[in-house]
Amino acid sequence: MHYKQAALEMRKSIVDMIHHAKSGHPGGSLSATDILAYLYFEEMNVDPTQPKDPNRDRFVLSKGHAAPVLYTALAHRGFFDTELLPTLRKLESPLQGHPDSKKLVGVDVSTGSLGQGVSNAVGLALGAKLDNSSVRVYAVLGDGELQEGIVWEALMASVHYKLDNLVIIVDNNGLQIDGRNIDVMDLGTIDDKFRAFGLNTIEIDGHDYDQIEKAFATARETKGVPTAIVAKTIKGKGVSFMEDVPEWHGVAPSAEDLEAALKELSAQEVK
Amino acid sequence: MGLATRDAYGKTLVQLGAENKDIVVLDADLSKSTKTADFGKAYSDRFINVGIAEQNLMGIAAGLANYGKIPFASTFAMFATGRAFEIIRNSICYPNLNVTIAATHSGISVGEDGGSHQSVEDIALMNSLPNMEVIVPADARETEEVIKYAAQHKGPLYIRLGRLNVDDIFDEAYTYQHGKGVQLTDGDDVTIVATGLMTAKAKEAAATLKADGINARVIHIPTIKPIDRDIIEKAARETKFILTCEEHSVIGGLGAVVSTVTSETYPTKVVKLGMYDTFGESGTPAALLEKYGLTAENIVKIVKAHV
Repeated sequence: MHYKQAALEMRKSIVDMIHHAKSGHPGGSLSATDILAYLYFEEMNVDPTQPKDPNRDRFVLSKGHAAPVLYTALAHRGFFDTELLPTLRKLESPLQGHPDSKKLVGVDVSTGSLGQGVSNAVGLALGAKLDNSSVRVYAVLGDGELQEGIVWEALMASVHYKLDNLVIIVDNNGLQIDGRNIDVMDLGTIDDKFRAFGLNTIEIDGHDYDQIEKAFATARETKGVPTAIVAKTIKGKGVSFMEDVPEWHGVAPSAEDLEAALKELSAQEVK
Repeated sequence: MGLATRDAYGKTLVQLGAENKDIVVLDADLSKSTKTADFGKAYSDRFINVGIAEQNLMGIAAGLANYGKIPFASTFAMFATGRAFEIIRNSICYPNLNVTIAATHSGISVGEDGGSHQSVEDIALMNSLPNMEVIVPADARETEEVIKYAAQHKGPLYIRLGRLNVDDIFDEAYTYQHGKGVQLTDGDDVTIVATGLMTAKAKEAAATLKADGINARVIHIPTIKPIDRDIIEKAARETKFILTCEEHSVIGGLGAVVSTVTSETYPTKVVKLGMYDTFGESGTPAALLEKYGLTAENIVKIVKAHV
């Protein structure tokens, strides 16, 4: 499947599975969909038939509450059956509320407690460096997550240890649970902060496929420093009534919402 | 007087580093004190100093273990278990990763640095975590064995080490058995169950008691979790009461663990010697151990009061 088509299928699955789970985080899953679709269907060296291959690239969903976007990427990529998706958040389901590497095939790192994923990603990238391996590590962070202190500890270390095999992507949708970042705890200019910490920093529109492709290509060519991709995104992207509405951070769509969302998504042609 | 357990840790790490290239050692700007600096000197490429950032210390250790390395993460017990508690829980224990946290400067025997640096809660914190196992060696020789064991252990491990030089208890023949208590003396009047630097004091107290006609069974518990239930149940059945001794809070430490076992197997009186819901303070290690009653003399006194 082409990654652009995958993004559309993932969006449909995201709203559907969160509707069935009756709880979950649609907004921040939909904002990161284009990036994860590109990673799993184009950028990363992964093979669903060899999910534990030591030479695979690693992915860390540091914003673990966006689990549905990871689950749909893995399912549509063939790591497990898409029929598992509606079991999200149910008892005995491997699709836990936040990703659990012990329970679900394809999940490289358990996440959920914000900030820790990027620190884990630094450890993974260091491990690959110690082995002189070509393994690359990708971590997707939320913007609200940048309020956690450990993120900056990890960024310092990523530059100090010259981890050019690490790409940190910020899903900069501007919203967090209690409202807009700017009102809750202003993050200032995110890309300037990353640059000040020494990362090769690229700003893109996180829904523009040309910009996404170019940014990851640049990251690959960059030597000696890790790359940060600050992706401006729209929370709830793809479902008009969810777009840029803070209330859709952690609410499940009703049956009517789901019908409307799927209708909209089905009408979206892949360009 | 023998070496401190932290010294034995540093020496053993260097030895292991030569044998196993997957061992990676991490520190948070305290490598001269934790003794990981020796490993750093010998294998600079496999030594990761994260700076003064204990949360990131644990997060990176988790990532390295996830990749397939064998990380040992070190800093003071206070900052390892206190500052980074939730990272240990969610990044290391929840995914059940092979990370060994070897924390030094535990307990009040840190001395002059005072209460802010004296961890008396770390056993309680680490014991409470699913998948985490906890070891408190008594001397340098046992530490050597424990560190060698740690390199092969599967899952998260917390090893509690000290700054202070301690008496040697074990000789070259000693082998560490994970999850097993070690009976040092036999007796049926009382069982003294001790861990860490208190084991040497329990042994000394037993010798004094013997001279006074009281036969004390001394059991050293290196593995707080998983605890050796059998050796404790047996002691509960065969001796009149149990006294637990630890350089740690009596809340959630060895005493609490032993009480849990006896209450479930053979209820008996368990008297606890340790820190009673209090912080430490500045002073020489000897003066502090004396002030808080963590001495052989006090063990003798307590046993005589209860026999």
